[in-house]
Amino acid sequence: MNNFDYSRASDVADAIRLLTADPGAKLIAGGTNLIDLMKENVERPSRLIDISRLPLRAIEETAGGGLRIGALVPNSDLAYHPFIEQRYPLLASAILAGASAQLRNMASVGGNLMQRTRCAYFYDTTTPCSKRSPGTGCSAMDGLNRNHAILGTSQFCIATNPSDMSVALAALGALVHIAGPSGQRSIALTDFHRLPGDKPHLDTNLGSGEIITAIELPPQTFVRNYSYLKIRDRLSYAFALVSVAAALELEGNAISEARLALGGVAHKPWRSLEAEAALRGKAATPDHFGHAADLLLQGATAGSHNGFKIELARRAIVRTLMQAASATPQSQAHKKIA
Amino acid sequence: MNAYVGTATSRVDGRAKVTGAAKYAGEFSANGLVHGFVVEASIPRGRIVRIDTDEALKVAGVLDVLTHANRPPLADKDDAWKDEVAPEGSPFRPLYDDRIKFNGQPIALVLAEEWETAKFAATLVRIDYEQDEFVTDLEAERGSANEMDKPHKPRGDAKAALAATGLRHEADYLLPTEHHNPMELFATTTVWDDGRLTVYDKTQGVQNVQKYLCSVFGKKPDEIRVLSPYVGGAFGSGLRPQYQVVLATMASLALKRSVRVVLTRQQMYGLGYRPMTIERVALGAGPDGTLDAITHEAIAMTSRYEDFSRNDTGWAEQLYKSPNTYFSHKLVDLDVATPCDMRAPGAATGVCALECAMDELAVALKLDPLELRLKCYSDRDQSEDLPYTSKQLRECYARGAEAFGWSRRDPTPRSMRDGKELVGWGMATGVWEALQMPVAVRIVLTANGHAEVSCAASDIGTGTYTIVAQVAADALGLPIENISVRLADSTLPQAPVEGGSWMAASSAHAVLAAAEDIRQELARLAKAMPDSPLADIDTHNVTLANGMIASNGKNAAAVSIADVMRHSNLERIEKEKLNEFAEDKSHARNTHSAVFAEVTVDEELGVIRVTRVVSAVAAGRILNTKTGRSQIMGSVVWGIGMALHEETQMDHRFGRIMNANIAEYHIPVNADIHDINVIFVDEPDERINKLGIKGLGEIGIVGVPAAIANAVYHATGKRIRRFPITLDKLLE
Repeated sequence: MNNFDYSRASDVADAIRLLTADPGAKLIAGGTNLIDLMKENVERPSRLIDISRLPLRAIEETAGGGLRIGALVPNSDLAYHPFIEQRYPLLASAILAGASAQLRNMASVGGNLMQRTRCAYFYDTTTPCSKRSPGTGCSAMDGLNRNHAILGTSQFCIATNPSDMSVALAALGALVHIAGPSGQRSIALTDFHRLPGDKPHLDTNLGSGEIITAIELPPQTFVRNYSYLKIRDRLSYAFALVSVAAALELEGNAISEARLALGGVAHKPWRSLEAEAALRGKAATPDHFGHAADLLLQGATAGSHNGFKIELARRAIVRTLMQAASATPQSQAHKKIA
Repeated sequence: MNAYVGTATSRVDGRAKVTGAAKYAGEFSANGLVHGFVVEASIPRGRIVRIDTDEALKVAGVLDVLTHANRPPLADKDDAWKDEVAPEGSPFRPLYDDRIKFNGQPIALVLAEEWETAKFAATLVRIDYEQDEFVTDLEAERGSANEMDKPHKPRGDAKAALAATGLRHEADYLLPTEHHNPMELFATTTVWDDGRLTVYDKTQGVQNVQKYLCSVFGKKPDEIRVLSPYVGGAFGSGLRPQYQVVLATMASLALKRSVRVVLTRQQMYGLGYRPMTIERVALGAGPDGTLDAITHEAIAMTSRYEDFSRNDTGWAEQLYKSPNTYFSHKLVDLDVATPCDMRAPGAATGVCALECAMDELAVALKLDPLELRLKCYSDRDQSEDLPYTSKQLRECYARGAEAFGWSRRDPTPRSMRDGKELVGWGMATGVWEALQMPVAVRIVLTANGHAEVSCAASDIGTGTYTIVAQVAADALGLPIENISVRLADSTLPQAPVEGGSWMAASSAHAVLAAAEDIRQELARLAKAMPDSPLADIDTHNVTLANGMIASNGKNAAAVSIADVMRHSNLERIEKEKLNEFAEDKSHARNTHSAVFAEVTVDEELGVIRVTRVVSAVAAGRILNTKTGRSQIMGSVVWGIGMALHEETQMDHRFGRIMNANIAEYHIPVNADIHDINVIFVDEPDERINKLGIKGLGEIGIVGVPAAIANAVYHATGKRIRRFPITLDKLLE
């Protein structure tokens, strides 16, 4: 861990000011990922700007019927908030599929969006990694890549985004509210994270000096037909090999609206409007779900050890959509895949 | 008189542990404590060309940076570095010279007034290496394996018998490298007192560490005292002195101050581990299910500087009748740290391969796997053709099968299911040794009816404090609350390292022996009391119970122990006794188990759950059914990890472990654990030792991974021979 300065931001504007003044500075809220990375010398911030006391902890209904969630709401508080449990159970489920109770108590919503990949080479400063040290190359490409990306990869990086919460937010069509030196803006969650391309060191489209202030959920809630299924190497406390967020609106057995996003397979939550469109107007059957899975997985490529993830993802998508269609969502508390 | 032995006595140190009163090696402190942080090598083989410590030394609060270039003197002969359990070879010497022998090797120790300062300054140490070519991949190097001395002689002509046999199964089983990951980090705190050192160390053997430190640093025995009152798990990783104890001692001598060195979780992957093995098992059988031939050949990894090997092969000699056998154990030298013992070393891996192979043979013979074991059952240890002191394995099979419901098993793979999940039932046998070692114990009985029992043995979380108190309470006829136990101090009576499942039997009999001397002394004194009701007793025929000494048989009379001591003007009676077990080569000594496992496998997704395990264990008399059951349950959990989760992943391009943390090195979590049923099968054994004790430390893990692998086959029809069994292997 390096030595760093510490400042406590008095308000959002102050945080932006501090961030702009010191290009090596990092914001810290729960610190569940940043502190880890600092201990490993992967992150070496010149300054930590503590935003944990900023007034960004509200969960409020929006005029349009949606919900606005402050960036500093702890993951646990969000998952167990009555509005989320009752109106956005897909989001509650995805949050509870991640990490441990202790980590969820500390981790903030904004921080969850900012967490970095768990690629072992990214974490090990003695190995080449273009995400950590631009231009050095990707060690995972010909190395241990069993849990690396199958979609949207580049020759410079095959890392995955580890967040569960983001997968549900992508499916729900969430917006990310951002404040920065040139004012406020909002972008779709699906545009918040980037694909690696030739700049894998950039995880997100957050500009310099910008800070996440809130997440906004649109009114459509998918209360009945949803499921979040996370497949991993042990039944809890592991990052996803593949995870699926699925949400449906059904009229009888006919699908009027479908949402589908994948985690653990790409540098960002993976959503395809084409796959969702293909489900609209169709009956909720395994065949149609399989077709949607094929569309969502279009262009998937395997490395030396992660080929199994393509078929696993396909099967997991079908299973999750079946769970959603039958209104029997995956429980995150039972020791069993439903 | 057994008020405590054989009962479910709660841990005598339980309260201290849960309240935090129990102190571990890294929790001791001293005035002016210095903190050390280790800098490790990032290449697997080569030479340090230069270490630049200038920047680190400039940091305020940094006291020194020790390297091979400026360290205090260290012994220069290999023999001086050999501890009690060192394998053949040239032991690793931390900060000795510029040579790098493995990735993660300690190459500098930053010393500072604060731990945070030391950790920060460690990032400023610059090292230039000259890297040599290296190899770390056992599978790629298996052709270069060297044969070790065979632990078991061949019998008959196994190769010819295999060639002629009616049915033959032969396969390779791969068991990966595994790390212990005890909860407590390896740590040492040294307390400097004018040239004398008190060393609090995480170790399974304080006297082993004490002798080693004296030898390495050229100190007299009374200059270094080693204590390890509590150990937060070790599982074999603390049998040999680990490098942090050398570094902390070195730093204390250099600075003449007290020092604490705590390794990080990541750094602990630079210590010992269970070595990867490739196990080739061939079984030949007649159509009736009797074995013609067994061959078991293991190839394991070791370092270039030490030949660590354990008995992977040859366990079939204890379990299965066969006229022809052949066993071999080969080692491949790699650019890695030396492996070390990990719970049931050799057996956990070797028996896993053997028991998977037996399951495959049963399938080929269309025999029930349990029936095959019974057909091949051996009442004798065939390697030396010896009977056992006791072997209730048949009873383990019967009790385990009954509790599990094995008779309801449909033998056809994929025949049992529950909704979307395939259900599989598998079983396997476990076997381990029942060893016993010389141990000395001192008992001090005071006139107030209290006894202090002390011994240098460690309690590595297994319950040694408790069983020593139980045995002492029964032998002295005192309530257990009146017994205090002191362990794990190198100045206490001699004990070997705590390992090999030998400490329960060894320490219990040492307590008995010392208590016998106390009893004799009390009897002699009681007899000599004026007007003693025990004037005519035979001093060998008295019992201590309820604070009284009583003559046995008709006309029994008794006197309170307190009165005896008062009349003799004695405040305390102190007896120290070394107990040695008479050599008896007429019988084999082993513990056994039968393990039955149920798995469910999601047919589409490959997700595996171990929903039930029944482990029926025959291990002589169980001293404490509560701590004993915990030990077996913990072993079963670990066996589930071996089967499904654990694997140290190395990138052989870098010769570096890539999952050196407990987020990515997977062990089972609560969600992975379901029903575990432990059955202790009654196994009276009057020959092995007075109390009939065999030890439980290791037997619980042996067989568990094979039972699970066999259940996975039964569920899915897929035979996975490369552990751990992860879902991708089922989807392939």
